[in-house]
Amino acid sequence: MSKKGFSKKVALLVLAVFMLAIVAGCGGDKASDKASDGDNKVGDTIKVGINCELSGAVASYGDNARNGALIAIEEINKAGGVLGKQLEPLVRDNQSKTDEAMNVSAALVDEGMVAQIGPLTSGAVAGSTPVMMENQIPLIAPAATANNVTVDEKADKVRDYIFRMCYRDSDQGQRMADFAIDTLKVKNAAIFGSTSDDYAKGLAKYFQEEFESKGGTIVAVEGFMNGDKEFRGPLTKIRGKNPEFIYVPGYYTEVSVLIKQARDLGLSVPIGGGDGWDSPDMVKVAGAEALNNTYFTNHYSVEDPDPAIQSFVEAYQAKHKKAPDSFAALGYDSVKLLADAITRADSADPVKIKEALEKTQDFTGITGKMSIDEQHNPVKNIVVIEYKDGKLVSR
Amino acid sequence: MLEFMQQLVNGLSLGAIYALIALGYTMVYGIIMLINFAHGDIMMVGAYVGFFSISILGSNIVVAMIFAMVSCALLGVVIEKVAYKPLRNSTRIAALITAIGVSLFLEYITLYFLTAQQRVYPDSAFPLHKYEVLGLVISNKDIFIIVSAVILMIILQYIIKRTKTGKAMRAVSLDREAAMLMGISVDRIVSVTFAIGSALAAAAGVMIGLYYNAINPLMGIIPGLKAFVAAVLGGIGLIPGAMVGGFLMGVLETLVSGYGSSMYRDAVAFGVLILILLIKPTGLFGKNTGEKV
Amino acid sequence: MEDKRRRWGKFLLEVIVLAALFTVVQYLIATGLLNRYYQINLTLMGINIILAVSLNLINGFTGQLSLGHAGFMAIGAFASVIMTTLLGYPFMIGILAGMLAAAVAGFIIGVPTLRLKGDYLAIATLGFGEIIRVVLQNIDYIGGPAGISGISKMTTWPVLFIATVITIVVIVNMINSSYGRAIISVREDEIAAEIMGVNTTKYKVLAFVVGAGFAGLAGALYAHYFYIIKPETFNFLKSFDILVMVVLGGLGSTTGAVIAAAFITALNVVLQEYAAVRMIIYALILIIVMIYRPQGLLGNKELTRRSFDKIWSGRHVSSANK
Repeated sequence: MSKKGFSKKVALLVLAVFMLAIVAGCGGDKASDKASDGDNKVGDTIKVGINCELSGAVASYGDNARNGALIAIEEINKAGGVLGKQLEPLVRDNQSKTDEAMNVSAALVDEGMVAQIGPLTSGAVAGSTPVMMENQIPLIAPAATANNVTVDEKADKVRDYIFRMCYRDSDQGQRMADFAIDTLKVKNAAIFGSTSDDYAKGLAKYFQEEFESKGGTIVAVEGFMNGDKEFRGPLTKIRGKNPEFIYVPGYYTEVSVLIKQARDLGLSVPIGGGDGWDSPDMVKVAGAEALNNTYFTNHYSVEDPDPAIQSFVEAYQAKHKKAPDSFAALGYDSVKLLADAITRADSADPVKIKEALEKTQDFTGITGKMSIDEQHNPVKNIVVIEYKDGKLVSR
Repeated sequence: MLEFMQQLVNGLSLGAIYALIALGYTMVYGIIMLINFAHGDIMMVGAYVGFFSISILGSNIVVAMIFAMVSCALLGVVIEKVAYKPLRNSTRIAALITAIGVSLFLEYITLYFLTAQQRVYPDSAFPLHKYEVLGLVISNKDIFIIVSAVILMIILQYIIKRTKTGKAMRAVSLDREAAMLMGISVDRIVSVTFAIGSALAAAAGVMIGLYYNAINPLMGIIPGLKAFVAAVLGGIGLIPGAMVGGFLMGVLETLVSGYGSSMYRDAVAFGVLILILLIKPTGLFGKNTGEKV
Repeated sequence: MEDKRRRWGKFLLEVIVLAALFTVVQYLIATGLLNRYYQINLTLMGINIILAVSLNLINGFTGQLSLGHAGFMAIGAFASVIMTTLLGYPFMIGILAGMLAAAVAGFIIGVPTLRLKGDYLAIATLGFGEIIRVVLQNIDYIGGPAGISGISKMTTWPVLFIATVITIVVIVNMINSSYGRAIISVREDEIAAEIMGVNTTKYKVLAFVVGAGFAGLAGALYAHYFYIIKPETFNFLKSFDILVMVVLGGLGSTTGAVIAAAFITALNVVLQEYAAVRMIIYALILIIVMIYRPQGLLGNKELTRRSFDKIWSGRHVSSANK
């Protein structure tokens, strides 16, 4: 008995040491981070907060956007920095949670950032917003598409310090509806989108409004949830309604499987979606053949021959061994826009940066040429991309 | 009518996956009365092992599946020895909390080393063929999954009914102490149970990988819970019960999402669990004195 | 007489300690010594304490393993925000509505599910917690998956402090009352309790409803601090977070729950950038504690009461040596 108790104690000790080692290891890392922060202060850098979803539900968006942002910072620093100073990225993980996003922003304010890139999702941006407004530090959201991110709809007031790099849900949903009716010449459509996020729900709503206002008929509306892998039930039902077009707003993780199952069930009509489709995994999961005759609205095309885009794609591919998706491109552009604003403001003062951001005219990024409108949204083109034998073709 | 038949086909292939996972749940529960919460995560590990052996070692699908089954059998035994065995005489709640811990551990260790990014099974591993029979679309993957689930169940049933080990398993399940007194090594039987159950989960993991192509570290949670409900539905501890429960769950879910809404689908799973437990806690096939494994 | 005086002395000391704690923190906040970052984590700590103490009533004292606590928190959060942000009632009404709504939900879910045995109950509550989240995601009135944003920040330090103290006082007093003894008897031996005439279902449901109500309180406080609530925040991983606190502190130890909640919140701060590592550590805590100390770090209920007295009054109670 006592022997058994002893071995139990030894085992406990080993495990406790193991846990302590993990904690200490992380703590150590953080301490050394801090130390290097301190060193850099001497060199006088411009601190850019990067508040991204690096773990949790949407970790891949944050991961890619961060990668894109860091490539931009590297490029800028190699070219001599901004106003003669180097940009110093402070990368923090908000775990895909709204409260952590707020927490991270507060920590970044403490560390002296002049502007923040991220978070990616509209919810997390809303969590971070009060801290940014209170401290008067601008936030550039690379991919938060909900209409109320930059505008307080209740008070009908623009959120002064919040900007975004992407177009809104409404723009995207309408664009695809126009494309379906004007280009594809369809008269009726089914909607089968994710119901577990506001992004997909928003797209579905604006698509339906525009489609119906142009005289089209929506014959079925179905929903799925993020994380689903089984869509054949609703798809079989949709097949029974014989739609000419199916709109599938959602993210590639589900959409890729969904399209494959739709094609397997013999649904060969065109399928459309939004920028959440943008990922190399689409072709890998669904297969090139299933993706023929599918279209999605996007920020840019990886296969665009534009030299700026190609050099970004090359740099990204060299570093991360995969093609950059929209999040990466938007993260990259967000940093470039910030650097541009700091240069125009001729100051790294957050309030001056904000004023410069507001005055942005004809800034050229890899996701297109844009101006910032009075509601802090970029005015830019929406690309419709077609999958053709696994290749992306701009329409 | 055609649509309904198609929904049935859809439901059966989904059900086959639930059934395979439910088999492992039910075996473990039958022997040591533990809801092995980590069972779905063992399935996830199996899916990853299969993925790596296909994409890195370039092995074919059969080799990959055997490889995944063997590694997960080992993993299952190790988990049992390290985490569950010390708790064999504690409360069932303590055991369940440990199982939740093991589940989180497997998920986040995988997440830590392999990142949250999903991995894609190469399509070439199992090329798709579609067959149209009277307007019904059936793919070779559907047939493969349903047939292999049934074969594995028959093998399992054979082991339990006809072999010495199976006899010992039934004895341990019936009365652990009496079995021990009869000279059966309970530790060995529990290990064998975990090995078989985990191997089946790994097979299910590889099948999910083949069927849906994409895998990720958190993929085991929901199918794991659903499969548990399936096991309870069929009568936990009963091999044929898990099988039928799995198929029923698959069909039920497909019908609900086909004729109702996806939103209600998950609610149905847990609704079924509560109804069964309130009305007939032994499940559809459970007899109060029936032999359990 | 002696005893009565001592009890008064103890009570007075408790009040002084609490008042001192309150004043010091209030001073630090007012003078800006405690910056925003620490204030956020202080708030999270208070909310986590409420969650852990209330879940402990169900899991620890009643012995019914519930894995759906985040669901009740969600109901409290949304009900309170509906009252304040959407309908314009004062915060106090919002808090009460949140608690009431969560308690009612606890009753509706508790009555059928609490007939289930330990591990089945756990799975059923886990399922219900998820169903609550999915249902909330599909109600357009409360914003669907996007949830509600633009909630005014009303959870100040005084509100948080009072709410935390009330939660602890109510639950501790409940456990020490005849209700509490009945509740504990359910955990110790349900059949024996039944034979002794304890209506076990009634007490199980009671503990469940009270626990759910305080989870609703935590939800209301949470919603009015973080400006935005989304159903996704309250998924089953949140329930597991709370479970880790209860298990670590001790199943059936209120002090343990408080300390563990504070510790886990602090751990979360340290590991902010290492979320995966944090979850691995949580997992190890669950496994190790269950194997080596199934009652949690602060042990079983007898120890709890004594150590509670010790910490509470700041001196050794003579009976501790009995």
